[in-house]
Amino acid sequence: MDAIILQILNGLDKGSAYALIALGLTLIFGTLGVVNFAHGALFMLGAFVAVTLNKILTLSFTTVDETRTDFLGNPAKIETPYVEAWFGPEVGGWMIEWSVPLAILVAIPVMALIGLVMERGLIKHFYKRPHADQILVTFGLAIVLQEIVKFYYGANPIPTPAPEAFKGSFDFGALLGFDPMTIIYPYWRLVYFLFAMVVIGAVFAFLQFTTFGMVVRAGMADRETVGLLGINIDRRFTIMFAIAAIVAGLAGVMYTPILSPNYHMGMDFLVLSFVVVVVGGMGSLPGAVLSGFLLGILQSFASMSQVTSVLPGINQIIIYLVAIIVLLTRPRGLMGRKGVMEE
Amino acid sequence: MTKFDITRRGVLKTGAIAGAGVALPTIFTKRAHAYTNEPTGDTVTLGFNVPQSGPYADEGADELRAYRLAVEHLNGEGDGGMLNTFTYGSGAKTELSGNGILGKKVEYVTGDTQTKSDAARASARSMIEKDGAVMITGGSSSGVAVAVQALCQEAGVIFMSGLTHSNDTTGKDRRANGFRHFFNSYMSGAALAPVLANAYGTDRKAYHLTADYNWGYTTEQAIRESTEDIGWETVNAVKTPLGAGDFSSYITPVLQSGADVLVLNHYGGDMVNSLTNAVQFGLREAQANGKDFQIVVPLFSRLMARGAGENIKGIFGSTNWHWSLSDEASQTFTRSFGEKYGFPPSQAAHTCYVQTLLYADAVQRAGSFEPCAVVEALEDFEFDGLGNGPTLYRAEDHQAFKDVLVVKGKENPESEFDLLEIVEITPVDQVTYAPDHPQFAGGSLGSCNNGA
Repeated sequence: MDAIILQILNGLDKGSAYALIALGLTLIFGTLGVVNFAHGALFMLGAFVAVTLNKILTLSFTTVDETRTDFLGNPAKIETPYVEAWFGPEVGGWMIEWSVPLAILVAIPVMALIGLVMERGLIKHFYKRPHADQILVTFGLAIVLQEIVKFYYGANPIPTPAPEAFKGSFDFGALLGFDPMTIIYPYWRLVYFLFAMVVIGAVFAFLQFTTFGMVVRAGMADRETVGLLGINIDRRFTIMFAIAAIVAGLAGVMYTPILSPNYHMGMDFLVLSFVVVVVGGMGSLPGAVLSGFLLGILQSFASMSQVTSVLPGINQIIIYLVAIIVLLTRPRGLMGRKGVMEE
Repeated sequence: MTKFDITRRGVLKTGAIAGAGVALPTIFTKRAHAYTNEPTGDTVTLGFNVPQSGPYADEGADELRAYRLAVEHLNGEGDGGMLNTFTYGSGAKTELSGNGILGKKVEYVTGDTQTKSDAARASARSMIEKDGAVMITGGSSSGVAVAVQALCQEAGVIFMSGLTHSNDTTGKDRRANGFRHFFNSYMSGAALAPVLANAYGTDRKAYHLTADYNWGYTTEQAIRESTEDIGWETVNAVKTPLGAGDFSSYITPVLQSGADVLVLNHYGGDMVNSLTNAVQFGLREAQANGKDFQIVVPLFSRLMARGAGENIKGIFGSTNWHWSLSDEASQTFTRSFGEKYGFPPSQAAHTCYVQTLLYADAVQRAGSFEPCAVVEALEDFEFDGLGNGPTLYRAEDHQAFKDVLVVKGKENPESEFDLLEIVEITPVDQVTYAPDHPQFAGGSLGSCNNGA
């Protein structure tokens, strides 16, 4: 029983990331009709916004301390971050420690800008082209972005720790009446899950309760009619692309303490996120979220050693197996609507 | 108007001439060269095959720095580095004097292994066939090392492996043209077990997470056998895919398995991620079987320690070499590398630098670049002054035998490079094994190949 609860918890954080990325993917697909293979790269760029902010905050000047020596026996160079010199060690230290949550504030405008440039600069020219062309160009873009990040940050993962307050883990077992230390869950993963719920809620509320959102939903259902009504639907869709970029970016920012980011992390999530979208139903936002969590939890169950000892390697393919079964029994996905991608 | 008469005789004649013409170049090369890529000018080309992209790129970059430094020193530039400390078993100084190898200036070409066996083979082949490299060295993965070593054997060039720790490289996949200076999984187990028994006791239950390729397998086997010898029990061993990213679903069952030690047979980015996950899930604060839970990482490197940040503190592992060693040779190397690049060398850099010097010295002593002569010069060669104390290149399997370092993540680092502290220098006798030890069985060197 405790093992089952643990695996459910375990699937939540990965599921949150899948859900956030798949939400953006399906938003872009539903509005612009583009299959965006660069969406994983947006997740990765978000993570590197956090890394960059951390680097900026820890930018240091060096002073030579004659009393100490470095590894060659020369006088040691002491690095002091500028922020600590400017704001005092207390405030400066706090800023460095909380750089990941602070990066959320930076990531919103940065990711919006990246999204706008991407859509207006490149993807716009591919709306009338076949899906295969869109996939090629966005996949190529993803590779370019990856290589740029690799060039500046190197290939190895960069540790970006969570604030001290969220280190360590939470003893769920004791709370639920099991033996202590049987169900433990890191605080930050809990934060990540709650954060994902807030972001998902915000996106849904935005689409559901604002006029802008209503027009976008109408445009998703019938773009032509909305256009004929004299509404500039293209501009709204561009804004939706930026919002999807922000969602993916924020997912990346908050994921950095869970998994030290490297240039390749976007690709690792991208393929699975597509499966999530397909299982959830192309163009269905609730479907994307639901199947994100579902597949995250399933994957975590499949990784249990009790399961892998019976079916070795099942953890690698479980998601694709589920996708096959869902597509065979419900070709439109769990919550897919009729008419999407079916013309 | 010309008339073409095609006769049987005419066709035969043309065919014979054409055939001779096609055969001509190979006849010439066979005559001109006694072995593959014999250097005939006043330079000699070495091939440095390192991961310049992929997950071990940082390691590869450091290896390349070391190779450049070695070439400088061989050509008499810079401060000479370990050429000044390199001595033979007899106590005599190396015959290398900073005027290249056998008077030929050393040049080099580089290739990118991408940490993939096929890419590594392709780049090694290109360096041999197009650039005329007479020796290939490098690599940061045992999968790559084994593949490239086999290629060099076929091509008839010497392979001086870089960072490769799997038993297979000098075990079941050993080759006459290949030599390994780096230590191996068995040695890690033999060196670590007594230290672990001392620190954590002999009544422990271990849970292994193992990278799913040849290095992971031999490391798991070595650590398992040597810890079981001291009385530990192995509760479970789970293989994890290379580059799994998030290891949390592998980590969470550990606490419920009844184990009180987690052994991470992971390297590079995988180790950084799995250790970070283990710490996040509170394993280091956990109690099991009435004891403090412990984590062990059999193969440590400083570059990995940097990636894992403070998670590494207090964790035991083993390493081939560390810049803080106090012997003259290590200090000389650290100084000459540090002055040039501004930071201390990694163990990968050290083994690559040493391998280049060892090859150059063997050629010098043999008086020829001929692979079989080099092999003979290196077999049962004893040397000192290269940072690991007295070392033997054993003839039976081309493995170097030397002291092994047991290290621990430092609790209070004094600088960003000061991440590991040396707990024990395990004497070579304790890590020496018979050439036909079960962990290394099934391999045969074969005979050396001059190629051409």
